[in-house]
Amino acid sequence: MKALQEGLRQLARYPSAVAGLVIIAGLVGLSIYTVASMPLSEGIRLWRGSEGVWLENPKNAMPRWVNLFPGVNLPETVVLSTTASPGLKRVEALSEDLKQVSIAFAFNYPYDDFPQEVSVFLEGTYEERRPNVSLSWKTPDGREIRLGERPVRAAETYRLSQDARLQRRLGGRAPEVGLFADPGAEKPVPLKGTYSLIVEGLLFGESDDLDAKLVVYGKVHGLAGSDHRRRDIMVALLWGAPIALAFGFLAAVGSTVTTMVIAAIGVWYGRWVDGLIQRVTEVNLILPVLPILIMVGTLYSKSIWVMLGVVILLGAFSAGIKTYRAMFLQVKESPFIEAARAYGASNLRIVFRYMIPRVVPVLVPQFVVLIPTYVFLEATLAVLGLGDPVLPTWGKVLEDAYSNGALYNGYYYWVLSPSVLLMLTGLGFAMLGFALDRIFNPRLREM
Amino acid sequence: MQRLGVRTGAPATALARVGKYTLVRGVALFFTVVVGVYLTILVANMGGYVDQIRRASIWEMVAVGVAANPELQELSPAERRRLIEQQVKILEERMGLDRPFAVRSFMYLKNALTLDLGRAEQLTSDSGSRQVRLILLERLAPTLLLFATAQLLLFFVSVFVALFLSRRYGSTLDRAIVALAPTSAAPAWFYGVFLILIFAAALRVLPFGGMVAAPPPRELLQYALSVLRHLILPVTAIVVSAIFLTIYYWRTFFLIYSSEDYVEMAKAKGLPSSAIERRYILRPTLPTIITSFALTLITLWTGAIVLETIFNWPGLGRLLFRAIGLTDTPVIVGSVVIYAYLLAVTVFVLDIVYALVDPRVKVGAESPRS
Repeated sequence: MKALQEGLRQLARYPSAVAGLVIIAGLVGLSIYTVASMPLSEGIRLWRGSEGVWLENPKNAMPRWVNLFPGVNLPETVVLSTTASPGLKRVEALSEDLKQVSIAFAFNYPYDDFPQEVSVFLEGTYEERRPNVSLSWKTPDGREIRLGERPVRAAETYRLSQDARLQRRLGGRAPEVGLFADPGAEKPVPLKGTYSLIVEGLLFGESDDLDAKLVVYGKVHGLAGSDHRRRDIMVALLWGAPIALAFGFLAAVGSTVTTMVIAAIGVWYGRWVDGLIQRVTEVNLILPVLPILIMVGTLYSKSIWVMLGVVILLGAFSAGIKTYRAMFLQVKESPFIEAARAYGASNLRIVFRYMIPRVVPVLVPQFVVLIPTYVFLEATLAVLGLGDPVLPTWGKVLEDAYSNGALYNGYYYWVLSPSVLLMLTGLGFAMLGFALDRIFNPRLREM
Repeated sequence: MQRLGVRTGAPATALARVGKYTLVRGVALFFTVVVGVYLTILVANMGGYVDQIRRASIWEMVAVGVAANPELQELSPAERRRLIEQQVKILEERMGLDRPFAVRSFMYLKNALTLDLGRAEQLTSDSGSRQVRLILLERLAPTLLLFATAQLLLFFVSVFVALFLSRRYGSTLDRAIVALAPTSAAPAWFYGVFLILIFAAALRVLPFGGMVAAPPPRELLQYALSVLRHLILPVTAIVVSAIFLTIYYWRTFFLIYSSEDYVEMAKAKGLPSSAIERRYILRPTLPTIITSFALTLITLWTGAIVLETIFNWPGLGRLLFRAIGLTDTPVIVGSVVIYAYLLAVTVFVLDIVYALVDPRVKVGAESPRS
C-alpha cells in the first residue's frame, strides 16, 4: 500500500502522467457507464438492428451539437404518433358501422433548413373492408396541400419524399422541400411556424381502428449523429470503449506476461529449452503479424476472441524475449537465487517467486505502452473489414464511414468521433507509460 | 548497459571462431526461414481446407459450363455427371489437387524456397500476367517509392534532430519532443485519415488517394509532378506517425553515450562540439545506427497494408490484402518468402558485421555471464 502511494506521488510530478491517468479514468468511467446502462446484448441488438429498430432516425445525420455553432440551425427529427399520445386521435361514430377518425399532428418548425425526409406510418385494424384514409398538409401561412387518399392495410408506410406525383404537384420540388418552402421566396427557404398533418380515416367496422405516426426526419441526431443505416453512432462509441480497453488490456497482459514467463523458464532450465525458445522466437520474428491476422480473419474466424488468442500467441514469442532473457541471465546469478536453491526451492518456485518479480518493474511501463498498440490493432483489423461481425466497435464505425465515402461526402463527424476516442485512448496510455518508464528506469530520468 | 570485458586472443582462433559462428548462424537462420515459410503455407491453405474450396469451385465451374453447352443438352443425367466428373478430374490433376495436401505442402515449400513463385490463382498483373514474380515486381515500384521516401526521410531527420537535441538537453524543443512522443501510439493510417480529412476533403488542395492523376498525364514531367502531389499525404502520414518517438529514442540513446567519461574528457580538452559528435558519440553508436537502418530497409519491402488501402496506393501491402481476400495462396506465400529471405540475410550480415566490428560481442562463446 505504501509503495503504491509512493508510486502515485512520483507519478504526480509528471504532468503528462497525470493527463494520461485522467484520460484513462475517463475511458474507464465511460466503459462502466456503458456496461451499466446498456447490456451487451442490447448493444448488439441495436447495432445489428436494421431499419426496424432505427425507423425513426434520419440517415447520415450530424450530431446535435453542430447547432451550437453560430449560423447553424439544422432541423431535429419530429416524431408524433397516436400510440404514444392517444389524445391526438378523435373518433366519431357516423352511423352504426361507420366511424370517422381524425388525427391532427401539429408541430413547430423553427429551423433554417429543410428536413431530410417525411414519412407517415399508418396502421389499420380491420375486419372486412380496409379503412380509407385521406391526408392533408397545413402550412403556417394557412395553405392546405392535399396528399391524397388511400386504403390502409395492416401496416402501411407512406414516404412522402418518394411520391413522384406529389413532387409534380409541388412544382417539381422534392416533397420535403416543397411542403416546407416559403412560397414567397425565390430560393427555397423553409417557412417557420406550426405545420400540421391531418389524417382523416373512415372505418367500416365496429372494432376497426386506425393509428398513425408522422416522422419528419431532421438533419441532426443525438450526440454522435447517425450512419447510413440510420443507426445511432453513439451505441458504437459507447460500446467501443469497454471493448477497446478489454482487448488492449487482455492482449497486453497476455503477451507481456507470457513473454516474461517463457523467457524466465528458458533461462532457468537452459540447454535445449532455452535453445528451443530462442529458435521459436526467431521463426516468429519472420512471420508477418498483420498478414497472419488477416489470414486468420478471412479464412477462419473474425471473432474477437480468436483474434485475441492469435495476437497473444504471436506476441508471446516476440522480440521482448531477447530483452528479458538478458535481464534474467543477470538475475539467475544473484545470491538470493543461490539462497533459494540452498533451502531446496523447486524449479518453478524459483522461476515464479524469485526471478519474475525482479523483472516486473521493467515490464510495467512496457505493458502500459503496449495497450494502445493493441487497441489500434483491433481498429486496424476492423478498418480492413475483419472486425468482429457482432460487436459495435470504434474501428467498425471507421470502416463504415470509410466504405461509405464519409470523407468525400463531408460526413466528417462520422470519422472524427471514433478517431478522437481512439486517439485519446492511445495518448492516455502512452503518456502514462512513458512517465512510468522514467520512474521505473531511473537511468532515463537522469537524462 | 553492461560492459563485458574485451577478450584478447590469438587472431587465428578468432577467425576460426568467427567461421564456425557464421556457419552455425547461417544454418540456424536458414532453418528459421524454412519453418517460417512452412507455417505461412499451412496458414494460407488453412491446413488444407482451401483445397476443398478450390475443388468445389472447379466442380461448379465445370457443371455450369456443361449445363450451358447446347451440344450437351441431349445427354442423360448419368452421362452428364460422368462427363463433369471427367473434366473435374483433369482440372484437379492439372492443379495437383489429386495428391494429398501434406505432400503438396512440401512441394510448395520447395518451390517457395527456391524462389519458384509459380502462378497466381486469381490475381493478375496490370499487363495481364499470372506470374507471381511479375505481379510482385509490378507492385514493388510504388511501395518502394512511397516507403523509401518516407523511411529515409524519417531515419535521417530523426537521427540528426536527435543528435542536435542531445546537446541541448532540457531545452524547450527537447521537452516538446519528449511530450509529443506518445502521439506515435497511433499507426500511420490513422494520421492518414486525418490528413485526408483536412487536406483532401475540407481544403481540397491535395488528392484523396491513388498514385497518379486519372487519366495519367502524357508528359514525363507532368507525370512526375502528379506522382509527387499524390506522395505528399501518405509520406506525411508515415513521418508524422513515427517521427517524435524515433527522435525520442535516438535522443535518449545519444544521451546515454554522451554521458560517458571519454566524452566528458573530450569536452574538457576543449574539442569543438561537432568533433565530439562525430568522433565520440556517432562512432561508438554506429553499429546500432547501421542495424536500425538495415532493419528499416527490410520493412520497405512489406509496405503497409492499411496505409496503402486508405490511400488507394497500388503497392505490395494492398496486393497482399487482396491476395488474402481471394485466398490466392501463391501470391501470399511469394511475398512472405521474399520478406523472410530479406530479413534472414540482413540479420545474418549484421551478425557477422557485429562479430567482426564490436569486440564486446563474444563470438561462439556459450551463454554470457555478467
